[in-house]
Amino acid sequence: MLRYALGRLLGLSLTLFLASVAVFTVVEVIPGDPAQIMLGMEATPEARATLRAELGLDRGPVARYLSWAGGLLRGDLGVSYTYRVPVADLVAERLAVSVPMAAYALILALALGLIAGALAAARRGGPVDLLITGLTQIGIAIPNFWFGMLLVLLFAITLRMFPAGGFAGWQDGPGPALHSLTLPAIALALPQAAILARVMRASLIEVMERDFIRTARAKGLSRGQALRRHGLRNALGPVLTILGLQAAFLLAGAIIIENVFALPGLGRLLFQQLAARDLVVVESVVMLLVFAVVLISWCVDIAYAVADPRLRRR
Amino acid sequence: MARLGLVLGAVLTAVFVGAALISLVWTPWPTDGVNIAASLRGPSAAHPLGTDHLGRDMLSMLMAGAQTSLAVALLAVGFGLLLGVPLGLAAAALRGSWLDAAIMRANDLVFAFPALVIAVLITAAFGPAATNAVLAIGIFNTPVFARVTRGAALSLWTLDYVRAARLAGKDAARISVEHILPNIAPILIVQASIQFSLGILAEAALAFMGLGAQPPQPSWGRMLADAQTQVMRAPQLAVLPGLAITLTVLGLNLLGDGLRDRLDPRRAPP
Repeated sequence: MLRYALGRLLGLSLTLFLASVAVFTVVEVIPGDPAQIMLGMEATPEARATLRAELGLDRGPVARYLSWAGGLLRGDLGVSYTYRVPVADLVAERLAVSVPMAAYALILALALGLIAGALAAARRGGPVDLLITGLTQIGIAIPNFWFGMLLVLLFAITLRMFPAGGFAGWQDGPGPALHSLTLPAIALALPQAAILARVMRASLIEVMERDFIRTARAKGLSRGQALRRHGLRNALGPVLTILGLQAAFLLAGAIIIENVFALPGLGRLLFQQLAARDLVVVESVVMLLVFAVVLISWCVDIAYAVADPRLRRR
Repeated sequence: MARLGLVLGAVLTAVFVGAALISLVWTPWPTDGVNIAASLRGPSAAHPLGTDHLGRDMLSMLMAGAQTSLAVALLAVGFGLLLGVPLGLAAAALRGSWLDAAIMRANDLVFAFPALVIAVLITAAFGPAATNAVLAIGIFNTPVFARVTRGAALSLWTLDYVRAARLAGKDAARISVEHILPNIAPILIVQASIQFSLGILAEAALAFMGLGAQPPQPSWGRMLADAQTQVMRAPQLAVLPGLAITLTVLGLNLLGDGLRDRLDPRRAPP
């Protein structure tokens, strides 16, 4: 088991290394001099040269890559060109919005998706199944940012139950903060819930046709009992796989949703600094997102191997 | 029931493709004609779906937006197929070699980047444009096609007729093109339909974020971004473009599911 985990960890490190080279190379070809952006157009060439030396921009690309990547490994993400503060501080501030929102959305998506999927499978072919299957088709087709706008129109502008945007902050406790994250989390969760419901339904239907369910039925369990005691647990495998694959979509979705609801999260930081050409922030935030995606897929692989020992030998 | 889905999907897709094609030669009103005096009109005989905040005809904007959606998603699928399928075929033909390992490693690398993040990087380097949206979605599609191709091709390489072709003296490249490719085509068609509908959603998202089509090129995502700035004054502007995206993607998904049931022998309808 440990060998398997370490082997996958090696693959993860290689992917991260290649990703960092790719991100650095792309940012390298972007036109514009960061020193000029920081100092403005009327800066003297001498002041620019001093700042370039201070930022380490006068060195060759390999030396700069090594110092950037080395910094990333130590948790030093560089200094923002526009804010003039460490990127790590900016990121930490924004994570206090993005991570709770993603977790909130994930919990909603799991709860809604698993219950709806299990219900549809248990009532296979009936009106409930038909309704849920139809709703999941629509849920997958709706763009989450449009759904977010509709939620704002209904619950913020018309009913005034939730704020239309912005983040209340954690200083007054979790209540106001979670209140302002509710609509964004619902918008983010809907497509994920629809996908999870479909996978759960298909997986459960498949599991319920297996021999061990027949055995459970033969020893006297009702169909519902067999489904609850043996079916659900065994149907979760494919759901877990899809959940890992969806992590990237959840992160990308969070970037858009933060912009719809004007939430000061990581995605909004990425877009604001992209517009401001603050490339240190852009490359570090992109690497952080890639790291999150790769780490989640590693965790899913390990969880899968724990659940199913047959996989460890591959 | 499955038949109903297929028919509904085909009809919705036909409306979408039809609107896009007609908009190439004709729209009820020009989409670049700003007319503030006629802004935010309700539905009328002249403007069946009303006008937007700049007085542009909504129906014409939606038709031209369909064209942008169709073009970007189609080109992105083409990009993914042209690059991903040969890579997948090569990886399967040379299974276990360093080239196979390198191709699969490159796949993992691209998979680690959400499409939106690829788009952010491309925009940072080349500026926002619909062509860059094609590039971003196309790059995202490539490993998907490579993986599906490799997986499907691997199982075919063990079959007798491929072995027979080997014995007949054909090399791996020729077998891949003449025997493997035609037999995995149904799987690729189904995957292409999935990537196509994902591409519509991605194009809308990128345009919404300002990373895709730029004004005056009409795009459903851009229309929604504009609507967001008008949401207090004219909430109705936010409804139609979103509905167009949802119905199009729904139609393509239903059509794709129906096609899969017909093309994939393992999923033959009961």
